[in-house]
Amino acid sequence: MNFLPLWRYQNQLIDGAIVTLELTVISAVCGLLIGIAGAVALNGRITPLRWLVRGYIELFRNTPSLIQIFIVFFVLPNFGLKLPAFEAAAVALSLYFGAYSVEIIRSGLDSIPRSQVEAGACLGLSGWQVFRHIILPPALRNAYPAVTSQFVLLLLGTSLASQVAADELFHVAGFIESRTYRSFEVYAVICAVYFAMAMSFKALFAIIGVAAFRWPRRR
Amino acid sequence: MRSFSLIDFVSLFTALRWTVALVVLALAFGAPLALGLALGRISRFAGLRWAMAACIQVIQSVPLLGLLFFFYFGMPMFLGIQVPAIIAVTVAYTLYTAAFLGEIWRGGLEAVKQAQWEAGACLGLSAWQQFRHIIAPQALRLSLPPTVGFLVQLIKGTSLASILGFVELARAGQVVSAATFQPLLTYALVAAIYFALCLPLTLWSRTLEARLDGSR
Repeated sequence: MNFLPLWRYQNQLIDGAIVTLELTVISAVCGLLIGIAGAVALNGRITPLRWLVRGYIELFRNTPSLIQIFIVFFVLPNFGLKLPAFEAAAVALSLYFGAYSVEIIRSGLDSIPRSQVEAGACLGLSGWQVFRHIILPPALRNAYPAVTSQFVLLLLGTSLASQVAADELFHVAGFIESRTYRSFEVYAVICAVYFAMAMSFKALFAIIGVAAFRWPRRR
Repeated sequence: MRSFSLIDFVSLFTALRWTVALVVLALAFGAPLALGLALGRISRFAGLRWAMAACIQVIQSVPLLGLLFFFYFGMPMFLGIQVPAIIAVTVAYTLYTAAFLGEIWRGGLEAVKQAQWEAGACLGLSAWQQFRHIIAPQALRLSLPPTVGFLVQLIKGTSLASILGFVELARAGQVVSAATFQPLLTYALVAAIYFALCLPLTLWSRTLEARLDGSR
């Protein structure tokens, strides 16, 4: 076991980690937007749209992320849409994250009893005020733990982008391995970097959760 | 280059047995370990609780792909002997399964009220009898929906074994796609097979959850 040969590649590792973070944040933001739109559509009155969203959720939740990345990367060029690896992975991961977010956001909204909305209306609040002051705060608090743990899974899931050669952390691992032949050491270091990133996010989310929502709730 | 033919269909479906084999291996070794982790997490000994929590945190904070590579290259190094790839991969999937199922089952065990243990103790049952006859059946019912949900994650997760050269469904898809230059048809078919495997489980998990909600 010899970790010394890896020391020279620290800049590549840092670059890879930055690309991983970019991919995670871009996919999470796009995925959350998809999730909000989907949750609104699911609560809406347009039946075909509801079916469409249902189909989308089931399709993306029941097939492996890896295959979804392959499809975006290898199949879309057949239709004249050739995306570079990073963008292809971002599209696939956004759609994957989006499928999970729809359900998370919807169940957050559904967790508010109907009577509270009516109570707000009785007090003379407008629809927007009811949403802003009565529905949104508890809905956010209820959805928060699920969103954050899904975010950490997304961070770890970006490693699959290496399979279409997006130059994120796991792809960098392959590059360093091919230069140093130190397979085990490389992947041990990479695992440690992912671990450090995931734990940092978990700690950050816990602090935000306590500060913003007094979460976990005291019983 | 050749066209997509019956042979390609057959090769995709025969590759399924590796997908199934990996799931079965992961469950066979991972589930008992998960039970141990869950019991350790609710144990009376703080040291044991902390150790188990640390193990679970580490495994859950590393990508599955990283776990696979770590053991694939690490097992021969730790043991000093060549091990077949299947053993390394099984170890990785086992730990992955144990960490996630362990947390799910701990949630189930903790959801059963403390008073139920005490009631069992009052009846003169031993700790094991309390667990076996009072706690476990209730916890099992509570954690069944997320357990089935995790099974879907596991089935999807076996697609990563393709990267280490196991010819399971995802890898067979790559091979067929490369041979026929028909990525659209091939990957659509691969996705459809995964979908057909996972959707019934997802729906089952949802029914179980709804039933649980109704009964409370």
